[in-house]
Amino acid sequence: MNKPYNHTKATLALAKASFRSIMRSPSAVVFTLAFPLVFILVFGFMGGGGIKVDLAVAPGSDMQNPVIKALEQTAVINLVKDKSTAEIDQQLEKGNIAGVIDVHKNTVPQPAYLADVKYTSASLDKGNILKSVLNNLMYSLNTRDLKPSVAKIKESTVHGRTYRTIDFILPGQLGFSLLSTGVFGTAFVFFSLRQTLVIKRFFATPVKRSSIILGEGLARIGFALLGAVFIIVIGHFFFHFTLIHGVVTVLNMLVLSVIGLIVFMGFGFVVSGIARSESTIPPISNIITLPQFLLSGTFFSIDHFPVWLQPISRAMPLTYLNDAMRQVAFEGVGLWDVKLQILIMVIWGIGIYALAVKVFKWE
Amino acid sequence: MKPYYNYPMDRNNAIISVRNLVKNYDDFTAVKGLSFDVYENEIFGLLGPNGAGKTTTLEIIETLREKTSGEITVDGFSVDHDANEIKRIIGVQLQAAGYYPNLNLVELMELFAGLYGVNIKPMEMLEKVNLQDKAKAKYKALSGGQKQRFSIATTLLNSPKIIFLDEPTTGLDPQARRNLWDLIVEIRKNGTTVVITTHYMDEAEQLCDRVAFVERGEIIALDTPDNLIDQLLARGFERTKEVKKANLEDVFINLTGKEWREG
Repeated sequence: MNKPYNHTKATLALAKASFRSIMRSPSAVVFTLAFPLVFILVFGFMGGGGIKVDLAVAPGSDMQNPVIKALEQTAVINLVKDKSTAEIDQQLEKGNIAGVIDVHKNTVPQPAYLADVKYTSASLDKGNILKSVLNNLMYSLNTRDLKPSVAKIKESTVHGRTYRTIDFILPGQLGFSLLSTGVFGTAFVFFSLRQTLVIKRFFATPVKRSSIILGEGLARIGFALLGAVFIIVIGHFFFHFTLIHGVVTVLNMLVLSVIGLIVFMGFGFVVSGIARSESTIPPISNIITLPQFLLSGTFFSIDHFPVWLQPISRAMPLTYLNDAMRQVAFEGVGLWDVKLQILIMVIWGIGIYALAVKVFKWE
Repeated sequence: MKPYYNYPMDRNNAIISVRNLVKNYDDFTAVKGLSFDVYENEIFGLLGPNGAGKTTTLEIIETLREKTSGEITVDGFSVDHDANEIKRIIGVQLQAAGYYPNLNLVELMELFAGLYGVNIKPMEMLEKVNLQDKAKAKYKALSGGQKQRFSIATTLLNSPKIIFLDEPTTGLDPQARRNLWDLIVEIRKNGTTVVITTHYMDEAEQLCDRVAFVERGEIIALDTPDNLIDQLLARGFERTKEVKKANLEDVFINLTGKEWREG
């Protein structure tokens, strides 16, 4: 009895209990692991193929000629054969295929072949790619035996690191996983602990409030880091996610994860404080997570967004987490090099915790 | 009329002393100047209708709620300055407390051991309340009686000097109720003071050494159950119906058996 009360022991007991509880909660596992994993699988298998243009070959077209052969070897072109004229016309109208080509022997000796190409207005951008590919191809076919009269292009490619889809998608999914576990998880846990009087029972023990917050936070951080490692390992070993400095890169990513998660948990505390009932937690949480999910460069680089939308994207904390993650993972920069991103997250953190202190309710 | 025990109490040794306790909420006064003592090692009952201020009074003594004014000491500690000292020597069973979700009873015991800063063997604690068979069960999966016994087990972890039980038998069937009485008597036998609220007067009569009747935030009577009954009879009270030597609850217990069943 006269032993001094051990706050660390209480905090760790809470962290352990909370961690066990999270691991057994289906929604936490789904949001933190399954959900991001599905996206990673989908985008992982879509691979880094870049753009593909579907080009139909008209029925009756000559197949044994240099044009078709060259097209078959062009990576950008996906030749669609064995389709009837009706099918091709239908797909052209829908824009499912970018064009149709019909090659036949010429009746006069020069040139040896004629190629009729039909584009569709339903797929203009791919049509333009197709046009330039075809022009390029015809030019090289026709000039194969000629000396250039004006200038000759000498092409070469610098061999850099392959930037795959996974290198963009994985950090985004990791960020989103942290966001949802931080916001939803924290909001639900504190709301339900308060509602079911679990916290009140805690208050009848000598535990400090800060120990309750800290214990919960530790458990959630532990769980999220486990999820992050899991996502990174799957990404690295199955989809060749780039980790430039190996383990060091992973550690840097985990540090970023913790910073991001702490900020997102602040949102969770706010939601648990302002939610009137359990059913209002998901809509309020969605208001916070969905815009970030869509606008923070989770799936697309925000550089592709309309100019008026970009400032909104650049206001969100997840944008900076994603950005920092990508730089650390793919470009291999150190944490000091992403200090600006970290600083903005910290500013968000200070703001959101100031609000959380005001609206958070214990009972 | 007291078949269970007859322990002498040290009447001079008040372990809880409440003086002029007042609790105001925004629009009404829940407690209007309560004063009473709880003696060491007695079972003290707080009785009264819903909303009379029983739970508020308990929660203020348990340091879960702020009082508006008044003096309260618990084993020499003041609720104003030594809340944490008080928390370490009391065990609290709340009327509708929940427990951490997704954990089994052993894990919950470990959690509370950490919260109280004590080293205990969870299984031994569960054995005390006869729940060793439910060690791996979740709290939610327990029956009403089992839930209450588990709740009481969590209050015993820190070997408290006083435990507070807020309506522990509400909603239980007669067997489970009797089972819980036995447990409470057992706890008192080990030297613990018990403060209990209940709506069942037969329970108060059986268990409590002294009871206080609370009505609209004031104590309107405080004495042993025997004395209170005698005083009423002395005022000329008579039951409208002749009392038989047994009541319907005796019939219930007689027909369905005394042993307590799970479920």
